[in-house]
Amino acid sequence: MAERKPIEGITIEKTEKLIADTLAEMPEKAAKKRKPHLGANEPSVSSCAVKSNKKVVPGVMSQRGCAYAGAKGVVWGPIRDMVHVSHGPIGCGVYSWGTRRNLMHGIPGVTSFPMDFTSDFQERDIVYGGDKKLETLLREANELFPLNKGLSVLSECPVGLIGDDINAVAKKMEKELDKLVVPCNCEGFRGVSQSLGHHISNDSIRDHVIGKYEFAEEVGPYDVALIGDYNIGGDVWAAKPILEEIGLTVKSVWTGDGEIEKIAATNKVKLNLIHCYRSMNYMCKVMEEKWNIPWLEYNFFGPTKIEESLRAIGKQFDDKIRKNVEKVIKKYRKEMDDVLAEYRPRLEGKTAMLFVGGLRPRHTIGAYEDLGIQITGAGYEFAHQDDYDRTAPEMAKGALIYDDVSEFELEKFVEELKPDLVGSGIKEKYVFQKAGIPFRQMHSWDYSGPYHGYEGFKIFARDIDMAINSPTWGLVKSPF
Amino acid sequence: MAEKKMRQIAIYGKGGIGKSTTTQNTVAGLAQLGKKVLIIGCDPKADSTRLILHAKAQTTVMDKVRELGTVEDLELADVLKVGYGGIKCVESGGPEPGVGCAGRGVITAINFCEEEGAYTPDLDFVFYDVLGDVVCGGFAMPIRENKAQEIYIVVSGEMMAMYAANNICKGICKYAESGSVRLAGLICNSRNTDLEAELIEALAARLGTQMIHFVPRDNQVQRAELRRMTVIEYSPEHKQAEEYRQLAQKIAENEMFVVPTPLEMEELEELLMEFGIMEAEDEAIVGVAENA
Repeated sequence: MAERKPIEGITIEKTEKLIADTLAEMPEKAAKKRKPHLGANEPSVSSCAVKSNKKVVPGVMSQRGCAYAGAKGVVWGPIRDMVHVSHGPIGCGVYSWGTRRNLMHGIPGVTSFPMDFTSDFQERDIVYGGDKKLETLLREANELFPLNKGLSVLSECPVGLIGDDINAVAKKMEKELDKLVVPCNCEGFRGVSQSLGHHISNDSIRDHVIGKYEFAEEVGPYDVALIGDYNIGGDVWAAKPILEEIGLTVKSVWTGDGEIEKIAATNKVKLNLIHCYRSMNYMCKVMEEKWNIPWLEYNFFGPTKIEESLRAIGKQFDDKIRKNVEKVIKKYRKEMDDVLAEYRPRLEGKTAMLFVGGLRPRHTIGAYEDLGIQITGAGYEFAHQDDYDRTAPEMAKGALIYDDVSEFELEKFVEELKPDLVGSGIKEKYVFQKAGIPFRQMHSWDYSGPYHGYEGFKIFARDIDMAINSPTWGLVKSPF
Repeated sequence: MAEKKMRQIAIYGKGGIGKSTTTQNTVAGLAQLGKKVLIIGCDPKADSTRLILHAKAQTTVMDKVRELGTVEDLELADVLKVGYGGIKCVESGGPEPGVGCAGRGVITAINFCEEEGAYTPDLDFVFYDVLGDVVCGGFAMPIRENKAQEIYIVVSGEMMAMYAANNICKGICKYAESGSVRLAGLICNSRNTDLEAELIEALAARLGTQMIHFVPRDNQVQRAELRRMTVIEYSPEHKQAEEYRQLAQKIAENEMFVVPTPLEMEELEELLMEFGIMEAEDEAIVGVAENA
């Protein structure tokens, strides 16, 4: 891949000075800890990538979640035909109740239900243990929602502290209810971020789900699974049709709008296509080792990456699929050119800074670049080394990379680099908007979406244009 | 008249050493001296008040919480019972072994007693009878700030009992730094080991405290227990009853409260050797750790 053109005004020296100036304002101990997490990009040397997946420095305002958040919010929550039990005191269950925009088929409250329960721990449950309550809960939840295809049990912190054996309860109840009951020991205090929650959930799928069901139909040569698409704002519904159009059959989706029995049968597909590498690579590797299923990372953000990905997917199959790929690319090319013709002139030469999750910054760079926007800084909340290795080649030389950035650091970086857009989370949104800087909340697509696929790119381009070129910004007078 | 000061006392010691029996007999002795006492049993087994109440086990705080669903609905009268000599009794209760969190049960029960006003001003003593070692924060609850200031450790001449006593002293040191808790003495509950009284006297001296009383071994205690009574109630004229009365008197008059000086493991072994429990020539047949 060709190295990106340098961004005007961005050099390694300047970026390193910005980092040094920022660290200089921190207490010595914190600065020492934070230094390895910040860096100037060197695309050819991935080893210069920053340090990651370490405990947050005490005292900073962090954007991270916990293992429970990773399990409930990311992996299990989107599965639409399961009852999800937050086992522990009520807060964790309530504040993760339908708060992520992982859309589901049906009319909410009429034909589709977020089947979320909590065991609402009281003192007596801590002292006597919550095992029996959990049994009763599973029984009653199963009666209330008889059409559920399984139940997940997600441990909150106290369950791990008192040593409640949810695995034994799950085993017993699976037999009694004749439904999948999946225990997930995702206590919030485990690990340094939500990332471990993803891993633990993958392990639960490995130990309690995968291989337990078969697909209803015969397995065909073009059967694939879509891994790591959580259907934020309907992303799955924009991505799946493209794969079907090139002749593949998407047998299951992990886990956006997901169905547990299809997830359980995924060990029969021919290829796993993984979008969110960070949260689901573990199970791809398990299926590769155990059932010889190859897996391929793909990226459906923006026409350039979509085309690249479709061709890479085509290489995994025969001429028929490859011909379809070219047909599909050609078919949408005109539509995409029209989008670019409309928006690119207004966005050309703009810059953006990103700070989200563990995948999107690097995955969306191509979409921004399609619109003529350059990325001057990017980083992740909970990414690991392999994510930063994949990020370095996607960014220009000298661009700023920040891992687990604190609010103080991000504000300082934005103040200095003056991007035309910041894409990050809800905690950052109003800080930057009040400072007069256009912002998109890139966890939930800012209540918009989908952003995946051809359909998604049209919306993405519109949203980004709307954010950056809104006349509102000319009317904002910040008092600061 | 100067305001009467309520003394809060916690009894610790190795599991099975006789904490509950000693506590109840001593408290019965205090009651005979005209003292008003509250016993709070901090053990899920809930056997700290049986000899006072003449009942197998009273309804515990946590039993009642389990029944009602929440601690807020609980009334003090549901769980506070009065037994022999006007002694008030509360048991924290808790789960059967292997589930839940017994330590949290102790915390819940003590908080409940405080909030519901179980500590009435007419009380002279509050006794906390605490399970075995200080295994977690819950079992240290009675010695936190504004709770027990005096700790008595029940011990015998057996090495593991002494070892446990020494460990408890380490725990006391931690809380003595931040609060006012002090070691008030060792109670030797005899097992008839060699030179037992001398050995515990020596251990007490090393720890910077006193052996407040040597309680001889007597089957009268078991006879009384079978009848769900303290020796003092069952056979007030028996010589063992007199031992407990003496212990009660000594505790009532005790003014020696210290921050203990716990021993290293080697020092404890040396002490045992000094008393010939472990003879010098035995050293040749002492087990040696592989990496030693």
